Amino acid sequence: MQKDFRLEWRQRAALSGMLLYVGSTVFVCYLSFALRGGQLPVPAWNALFWIILLFTAVNAVAKGFLQESRGRQLYYYALVQPQAVILAKIGYNALLLLVLATVAFGAYALVLGNPVQDVPLFVGTVLLGAVGFASTLTLVSGIAAKATNSHTLMAVLGFPIMIPMLLMLIKISKNALDGLEWSASRSSVLTLLALNLIVGAVSYVLFPFLWRS
Amino acid sequence: MKNNWWKVLTVVLLLYTAVAGLLLPVPRLAILNETIRNLYFHVPMWFGMTIILTASVVYSIRYLRNPSERLDTLSHGFAQTGILMGIVGLATGSLWARYTWGTWWTNDPKLNGAAIAMLIYGAYLVLRSSFADEQQRARVSAIYNIFAFAAAMPLFFILPRLTDSLHPGAGGNPAFAKYDLDSNMRLVFYPAVLGWTLLGVWITQLSVRLTLLKQYIHEKQLA
Repeated sequence: MQKDFRLEWRQRAALSGMLLYVGSTVFVCYLSFALRGGQLPVPAWNALFWIILLFTAVNAVAKGFLQESRGRQLYYYALVQPQAVILAKIGYNALLLLVLATVAFGAYALVLGNPVQDVPLFVGTVLLGAVGFASTLTLVSGIAAKATNSHTLMAVLGFPIMIPMLLMLIKISKNALDGLEWSASRSSVLTLLALNLIVGAVSYVLFPFLWRS
Repeated sequence: MKNNWWKVLTVVLLLYTAVAGLLLPVPRLAILNETIRNLYFHVPMWFGMTIILTASVVYSIRYLRNPSERLDTLSHGFAQTGILMGIVGLATGSLWARYTWGTWWTNDPKLNGAAIAMLIYGAYLVLRSSFADEQQRARVSAIYNIFAFAAAMPLFFILPRLTDSLHPGAGGNPAFAKYDLDSNMRLVFYPAVLGWTLLGVWITQLSVRLTLLKQYIHEKQLA
């Protein structure tokens, strides 16, 4: 499995592209709000941040399966268990999203101000979000890669499934922004963890069937 | 006739639902008034939809274990009927909301959850239509069906319970438990659930038969 992970790591050429994507998105947001001259209100700051992360995640994870050649997939198929492949992909995507989210948060806080009052909770939320996005989108991109118009399908299939997760994330990070007590967001955090577990377990069980075709 | 007793049962139950549901006395509650009768039409839709989508997932799992064209057609047919019932459920709920809340749609966790679940299943139909190869279509859509079920059910049963909602059954609104005491309503409600679910099964059976016949004719023409 470690080997598989390294194989993934080798094709990181896309990473710099994704970093640039995040940077320019944040900058576009900054410019379009700078026109109005004012500071962003806190809820809008929060929503905008998660929307940027959502689109970044879809774009980043889509590369996972869509850009792989048929030959290399056959090579993996002969070499390793499907379970190892999905776990490695989810792990790699989670790390990738984590890096992207950190960069996005840094750039975002730099240009649009940082109203977060409870930074550890906010970072924890971003971490949970990255893992959740990765486990959902990895299977979806695997499904979409089999179809003909994959790029449209990726968004159509992925977005509705991610909405519940996104709602919880926005709620928790709003709590973190306002600096509420941790107990106020505990039940949401637990639900989010449960959602992540469900999605992860379902991907783990279903992926071998997808892989075989 | 022996195998069709449940169709007779469906017709009888639905006739009973319509007649008794509209004529029998109901408790007088403020605001709700006569719209409480929507309990016999709106709520059974969601009960039936859940049962029918569960059937669809069961067929998907069976397909993955033991692929056959018939299982795929069955799973697709049940999913279609489930989506139809969901849309009717949304429509009846929306009508009801117009006369009790004064608006067709409000920003409420239950309503949004139901709408998102419909989007998820809409994506299922889009996914099915974007494959050329039949076996691959069957396999991938079975996988997505299971995935969608796992993602959509929390929307109905878990997330709305965590937050306050305007919808009856939550946040101190007159709920099922309150007029549950009125056994008159129960007498109509449970038969209604059964009747609407059986109607869904009936619709599915017809559409599956039609699809199977079309496949048969298609194969004959090819041969």
